[in-house]
Amino acid sequence: MTEPGIAGRTRSITVRLAATIALILAAGGVAISIAAYAYGRQAAQEAYDRLLAGAAFQIAQSVTIIEGHVVVNLPVSAFELLALAPDDRVFYRVIGPDGATITGYDDLPSTATAKEDLAFYSADYSGEAVRLASAVRRFAERGFSGQVQVVVGHTTRARAALARDITTKALVLVAGAGLALVALVAFAVRTSLGPLVRIEQALRSRDPKDLSPLTVSTPREVEAIVAAINRFMSRLSSRVTVMQNLIADATHQLKTPIAAVRAQAELAIEEPDPARLRTIARRIHGRAVGLSRLADQLLNQALIIHRSDAAAQEVIDLREVAIRATDETDHDLLSSGLDLHLELPEHPVHARGDALSLVEATKNLLSNALRYGTPPVWFSVEHDHAKGTAEFAVTDCGPGIPESDWKDSGRRFARSAGSSPDSAGLGLAIVNAVAEAHRGHLTFSRTAEGRFRVTLAVPAEQDGSQ
Amino acid sequence: MIRLRVMAALFAVLATRAWAQDVDGQSRVTQFGAWLDSASAVLTIDGSTDTAVFAPILEAFAKRVPDLAIRYREITTNELYQLAERGCSGAETAADLVVSSSIDQQVKLANDGCAQPNHSTQVKALPAWAKWRDEVVGLTYEPAVIVYNRDLVPPAQVPQSRFDLIDLLRPDDNLFNGRIATYDIERSGVGYLFAFMDAQQATTFGRLIEAFGRNKVVATCCSAEIIDAVASGRYLIGYNMLGSYALARAAGDRRIGIVAPTDYTLVLARAALIPKRAKNPDLARQFIDFALSDAGRKLLSESGLIVSFDEAGGGPASLAGVVPTLRPIALSPVLLIGLDQQTRENFLALWRSSLGGAGSGVR
Repeated sequence: MTEPGIAGRTRSITVRLAATIALILAAGGVAISIAAYAYGRQAAQEAYDRLLAGAAFQIAQSVTIIEGHVVVNLPVSAFELLALAPDDRVFYRVIGPDGATITGYDDLPSTATAKEDLAFYSADYSGEAVRLASAVRRFAERGFSGQVQVVVGHTTRARAALARDITTKALVLVAGAGLALVALVAFAVRTSLGPLVRIEQALRSRDPKDLSPLTVSTPREVEAIVAAINRFMSRLSSRVTVMQNLIADATHQLKTPIAAVRAQAELAIEEPDPARLRTIARRIHGRAVGLSRLADQLLNQALIIHRSDAAAQEVIDLREVAIRATDETDHDLLSSGLDLHLELPEHPVHARGDALSLVEATKNLLSNALRYGTPPVWFSVEHDHAKGTAEFAVTDCGPGIPESDWKDSGRRFARSAGSSPDSAGLGLAIVNAVAEAHRGHLTFSRTAEGRFRVTLAVPAEQDGSQ
Repeated sequence: MIRLRVMAALFAVLATRAWAQDVDGQSRVTQFGAWLDSASAVLTIDGSTDTAVFAPILEAFAKRVPDLAIRYREITTNELYQLAERGCSGAETAADLVVSSSIDQQVKLANDGCAQPNHSTQVKALPAWAKWRDEVVGLTYEPAVIVYNRDLVPPAQVPQSRFDLIDLLRPDDNLFNGRIATYDIERSGVGYLFAFMDAQQATTFGRLIEAFGRNKVVATCCSAEIIDAVASGRYLIGYNMLGSYALARAAGDRRIGIVAPTDYTLVLARAALIPKRAKNPDLARQFIDFALSDAGRKLLSESGLIVSFDEAGGGPASLAGVVPTLRPIALSPVLLIGLDQQTRENFLALWRSSLGGAGSGVR
């Protein structure tokens, strides 16, 4: 699946999981091997130690005192017990109270102090590792008093074999479990990646023009992906819509003024009177200026719409935005410096956003107020702690937009009756778009003094949280 | 009808290629195969088996290996054991192979670390009782039998089991008084082993040796002498005789009858062991594997060393009776008990007191 556009493809989830599981299993396997070997050794040791103890006790039990002498009649059963370790050499020794060997291998190592009734120890004897058990039997007879120590030992072949056997079986079991685990993981991965395959199929089988949200049912873990896809889809969809609208708007908007310019130009061609011709030319100029502003606004809007989706939002001080907007506002509109009052708080008003978009938006608000409103105009930046919003507010003394139109004023070309030929009414639409891109809103209100006030509010960034 | 047969024409095989024979005190050295000078390898075997009985398989093996000379030294089991012990400690040159009917002594040698293993497939194929640690390997299958004189013992009085024997010996004036012989277990390793095994097998042992004591049983040395004496009529019954010898003798002497006791019959597998310090252990391994092969088994059967209990058999020795309960003596450390100084003393004391000093009787 080497499709173009899949950048930096990472290893497949299956491979990753397999590698991880293999690593865990390998580490676990080593740990379990060591544990199994230790356990096997211990189990074998205990099992055969009991055998030795049994034999030692049986031999000790067979010891009798006859006329003050220790007499040993080795019981066959004791040796049959020892012969349960079928291939091991067997050693025994019976030691009297004086330390002398009564019978058996007289160089067989015995415990230095035979205080305990039963003791186990390992030694090297006759060229092999030997495990020994020592049992003590005490006598208090008429002619004999003291203790007889019985030492029984055998080589460790059967122990080693049993330990190996236990270890091997444990490891086989573990290996089986490991393989089962791997199979289960493979199955689980396949099953859990199933929704992704379904999503892929859903996307693949979809009509290219269909940008509606995906309706594939998915487990919770994959919901995020679907949600992301759907978010992306809706953004794509909205941008497509915006582009389409923009084109439609531009067509619609440009048609009338261009037609007017054309009509005037035709009149001008026919007009012999130079004085009237100049008048017509002036009109054409007026129209052209309006047209260029309209084109500006359209481009601005396109830019802002683009930025609202694409530009990184960073923490900015809205006061700086206000200053820039004021600076960039067409100064021809300001009849005198007194007509615009910029009111800024002493402390920074932080919000997360795109400075350029906000500057454009506020410029539009200012232009509208200066162009259509009644001076003086107040431009302020406020931080509403209660609502957690940062606001730009532009207030003028004119009638503003009638209340009945407030609802629609953010929308494109919802031009109020009083909109002039050189205003496309795009200004508020841009502001509205910027507000939405910043998860804010555009509101209209009237102050207590009856002034018209337009507010662009965006969520404020808590101070110091940058 | 059980036929217990030996497929041997035993005396015909005696050392056709036995070049040299030295009789040196107790031991007799016989050489097989190539001349010592021209031999590229020499395999020395110490054994308790009669040279004549063992010769066929030695010769056959000598033929299989080019330029091989085999020195076979026949000695008694006790000497064999002492020699092997000295060989183990390095005090004496060790043989390459020791084959003894005193399997308890062989086990003791292996237990003392004087043997080296032979992990061949032939050894692995043996039943568990016929080997220990792959070091002591049973080569033969020889029952302990009752030998009787066919002419002098009426058929109705032939003991088929130890119970029969005890019953026969009960009357004061019975036929067998003073005319039963068995091994002197103080001197015969095999005799001691059989007696010690008898003591473990059944409670009849006590009653049996008590009956032996009352009837002045003669405890004496050596299978050949006892069987000869039974044949000649000096003894009527020889108890616990090694079946291989008895069958070999019975094949050539119709006066000798043989019974494998029906209550149980001990079976001994003559055991081979490769000493730790053997010079040619690989040759010894080859010999063991050969003896365990089909060809080797056939030769051992023909020598009477592997006795088959085959109803369809038509061998020289046949005996009527029910199928005997065969009890092979397992090669295992359990055999060490009989060799324990104290246990041996106790057992011999019991034996002596029951037999009432009969052991010092006729030689």
